[in-house]
Amino acid sequence: MSELEVNFTIDGLKIKAKKGETILQAALRNGIYIPHLCYHPHLKPTGSCRLCLVENEESRLITSCENQPTEGMEVSTTSPKLDNAKITVARLLVANHQTDCLTCAQDNQCKLQEISSYFGIDEKNMDNLRYSITDIPIDDSNPFLKRNLNKCVLCGICVRTCRDRLGVSAIDFGYRGYNTRISTFSDGPLLESNCVSCGECVVACPVGALVNNENQKPDREVKTTCTYCGVGCGIYLGVRGSKVISSRGDPHHPLSKGNLCVKGRYAFKFINNPDRLTTPLIKKNGDFVEASWDEALEFAAEKLSGYREGYSFAAISSARCTNEDNYLLQKFTRVMMGNNNVDNSARSCHAPSVAALAETLGSGAMSNSIDEIEDSECLFIIGTNPTQSYPVLSMRIMDALANGAKLIVVDPRDIELAEYADLHIQHNPGTDVVLIMGMIKIILEENLQDQEFIDSRCENFEQLLESLEKLDLDYVEQITGVNVDKIKEAARMYANSDAAAIFYSLGITEHSHGTDNVFALSNLALVTGNIGKPLAGINPIRGQNNVQGSCDMGCLPDVFPGYQKVEEKEVRHKFQKAWNTELSPNKGMKMPEMMESAVKGDLKAMYIMGENPVHSEPDSKNIVDALENLDFLIVQDIFLTETAMLADLVFPGASFAEKDGTFANADRRVQRVRQAIKPVGDSKPDWQIISELAQKMGASTGFNFTRGEEVAAEIATLAPIYGGMVYHCLEDESRQWPCLSDEHVGTPILHQDVFATKTGKAKFIPLHYRPPAELPDEEYPLVLTTGRIIYHYHSSTMTAADESMKKLYDLDPVEMNPSDAEKLDLVDGEQVRVISRRGEIRAPIKITERSPESLVFMAFHSPETKTNLITSSACDPVTKTPEFKYCAVRVEKI
Amino acid sequence: MHEDFEEIKSTYKGKKSDIIPLLQDIQIKYGYLPGEMMQEVSRFVGVSKSEVFGVATFYSQFRFTPKGRTHVMVCKGTACHVSGADKIIEGIERHLGVKEGDVTFDMEYSLESVGCLGCCALAPCAMVNDEIKSNISLKDVKRLFSKRKN
Ligand code: SF4
Ligand code: SF4
Ligand code: SF4
Ligand code: FES
Ligand code: FES
Repeated sequence: MSELEVNFTIDGLKIKAKKGETILQAALRNGIYIPHLCYHPHLKPTGSCRLCLVENEESRLITSCENQPTEGMEVSTTSPKLDNAKITVARLLVANHQTDCLTCAQDNQCKLQEISSYFGIDEKNMDNLRYSITDIPIDDSNPFLKRNLNKCVLCGICVRTCRDRLGVSAIDFGYRGYNTRISTFSDGPLLESNCVSCGECVVACPVGALVNNENQKPDREVKTTCTYCGVGCGIYLGVRGSKVISSRGDPHHPLSKGNLCVKGRYAFKFINNPDRLTTPLIKKNGDFVEASWDEALEFAAEKLSGYREGYSFAAISSARCTNEDNYLLQKFTRVMMGNNNVDNSARSCHAPSVAALAETLGSGAMSNSIDEIEDSECLFIIGTNPTQSYPVLSMRIMDALANGAKLIVVDPRDIELAEYADLHIQHNPGTDVVLIMGMIKIILEENLQDQEFIDSRCENFEQLLESLEKLDLDYVEQITGVNVDKIKEAARMYANSDAAAIFYSLGITEHSHGTDNVFALSNLALVTGNIGKPLAGINPIRGQNNVQGSCDMGCLPDVFPGYQKVEEKEVRHKFQKAWNTELSPNKGMKMPEMMESAVKGDLKAMYIMGENPVHSEPDSKNIVDALENLDFLIVQDIFLTETAMLADLVFPGASFAEKDGTFANADRRVQRVRQAIKPVGDSKPDWQIISELAQKMGASTGFNFTRGEEVAAEIATLAPIYGGMVYHCLEDESRQWPCLSDEHVGTPILHQDVFATKTGKAKFIPLHYRPPAELPDEEYPLVLTTGRIIYHYHSSTMTAADESMKKLYDLDPVEMNPSDAEKLDLVDGEQVRVISRRGEIRAPIKITERSPESLVFMAFHSPETKTNLITSSACDPVTKTPEFKYCAVRVEKI
Repeated sequence: MHEDFEEIKSTYKGKKSDIIPLLQDIQIKYGYLPGEMMQEVSRFVGVSKSEVFGVATFYSQFRFTPKGRTHVMVCKGTACHVSGADKIIEGIERHLGVKEGDVTFDMEYSLESVGCLGCCALAPCAMVNDEIKSNISLKDVKRLFSKRKN
């Protein structure tokens, strides 16, 4: 007998329960059905429905969902006493339930049907029970799901799901007695509540009270990866004919475990949207004219051959496309166009992570895994709002909190997660370096550091000490606006944990001192030895679904696939041999440099794949000027975006549902993307378009791929960290790089033994505070910071292609503190002008205490509000990442 | 309203057990529980607003709409029920253009139904502000609320 098992009997049958399992769980796992309604495997039991009662040796009735078996326990599931108790409950439930089973979306999966047939309940003799079916109007306000409370059995699963797993708490039990029902705040429609339309309650509801609006059954399902964010949830796309009609979570996915957010679950309509580009377009006399592939490729080939010299060509690859697409675009640029001018949108987000962490630790990716989060001891969340940006990752954080983890949130805004934090530090925006260095100083003063780790695995500690000497804690308090005691508390909480994990994203990197911010966090993790072990690490959460992959594939001006430097001779020789051509030893241009060069007229032709810089880059007017100044612009996309409008030639790409490939998510996990339907219209997978173009331009070898799988195989031979990322190894599971070969299982935790730096040691970086580039003044007294919200993705070309998604969220409002709004005499919802040194936009105002005084917040999704017209293009000096998170503005009443 | 809440909350610590007394204070101040104030309570005690609403609806003492200058409570107790309380309510709803549990736009009349008023012999009956009206018929409705402004 193992200590991890408990032996007991159910109706005389010997059963082994695993440690921690309840009687009900053990029974179900062993194929014994005990009726149950309020039990859900992922929620704490409440024991409210009483249907799972069993009788123990002492003839007491106990709930099997709440009680764990003890060694030698004997329980029975039927007895006159039990039957009596349970049948009455079951009959009452059925009697009070609207029974239109045949037309109910939950038919065949309904727990009440199961219970009814288990007890053999007969409709006929129930009249005496039928009190009166309450006639609660159906709430169909939400575009994706509806609530029919006449079918609700009050199990509370939706309430617990929304509160305990999402941290949203949009609904709760309301009223009392016979009138008890699930209610939103003020009993208003769901759409007006704080519900985020994740649909998790719909999945969890045991009956048909919560159902999706569209619930046709697909005729087949395809297992693939969500295309919307760096969490990389597993989904099954449901297909009928050539249309994607549904999406559901993959319950066996290691990270998402069946959970999804509103985008992954509902925002798939863009795939079959009639506005999709279905044929190549050539601009003739200012208008787009449809063209055949042959004609379009011919045109592109002929034009591009004129820009092979010098620096006159550049490409921007896509954080949304697959690794295979990205790999081929950088190969095309390097081989066919002869330079290293290729960059991707990581430039405007995580380039500082890549640059800083590569220098200090040897790798710029998340050091640990998302699936560790739920077991964390201490989470340090800074400059990231997972609730909005990485919803399913934030569900794992909620799981961690339920398991007792401590949470420190550092954010100037009162973000949702702050409610659950043990400590919330609201520092002045842009003062992260001082704050973190202050924490490090406190840790060292109080001797909480991991000296052994510092001595054996790090270098440059003296320099760090030196830079700390001049740092005065009063100065820290003054600059950050945070009480020193609070900083001390945070430092202690972080340093005293056996393992503490840092998570951050663009609130750290999108600053003119973004690289310094990352250095600071790296220092913090290193002094406490929180690197290279489970539940710890420094984890930049990647925003877009494949921004990690786009960088891994070498869509960066200084590295080949697998972060191998173009300047290193041996590396270059390897690639020259493999690609059978001369390669440029010079670094290429970064995206902002490309734009500058285009304005000057040096850069003449560009190839932009799956990106919309006109919308997503700061100071967008400047981008338009740059692109308009080009001689030749190719844009390859699935929609005619603002950027595509400026193109001379548009190639229609295929969406993620129409091609085979791989995405690399935030924790370096390479996952399969599978073709669910054939490409819409005449569109083609991006890798295929690039291959065909290269062949048109005369490439005899190197681009004759016929399947995504062949591209992946080539990547595996050239990028050692992707050595084992071949399709036959990725069929049933995902792998985290470095994964060196077919046999290698991958690397969930980086830096375990050595750091991938030159010396094998991690490096401390001395730091000094630099204020943000554009400080508020009398004319522009407010600080504008930007970010994402849950409903849309990037410039919303995909999400807003669905009217329903727009119904949930359309224009980007300016979020403002009530006291600032009062000064300007503004009421909630009114249109205002937001003005910066670069221009002005109009947007509705949203008055909320989430924004502290003097700080306003805007998302950048809506093509109508155009937030990035006014953001600053001041850049981090090292990586040229723009300061999206800080610029001075003024808000005016209209 | 924010200032009012600052004042109300000053004697509380922000614990979960403060919810009901806070709601009571708010109702004393406003005569009902404005949504904004329930949100303030939720923020103050750190409990979701849907839960605060759930707590509030559990107790029949709380109202969610303001009272009109004339507050009409129609009895729906057993005796009044059998003598046609529902018809009376419908009649009043039609006559005043207000739904049960709501208040007219001009804040003149509010209407709600209550349990036995304790004068069953006079059924159907209603309480209009502090006065009992007994043996009400549909005809009476017009007479009783003749001062209706439009
Ligand atoms: S859809 Fe999600 S957020 Fe909305 S009520 Fe259900 S669980 Fe809560
Ligand atoms: S809506 Fe569904 S999950 Fe929620 S309480 Fe009712 S039956 Fe349970
Ligand atoms: S959390 Fe990200 S990956 Fe997961 S469903 Fe939402 S958008 Fe997709
Ligand atoms: S399942 Fe155990 S009480 Fe409901
Ligand atoms: S039932 Fe109406 S007063 Fe008693």
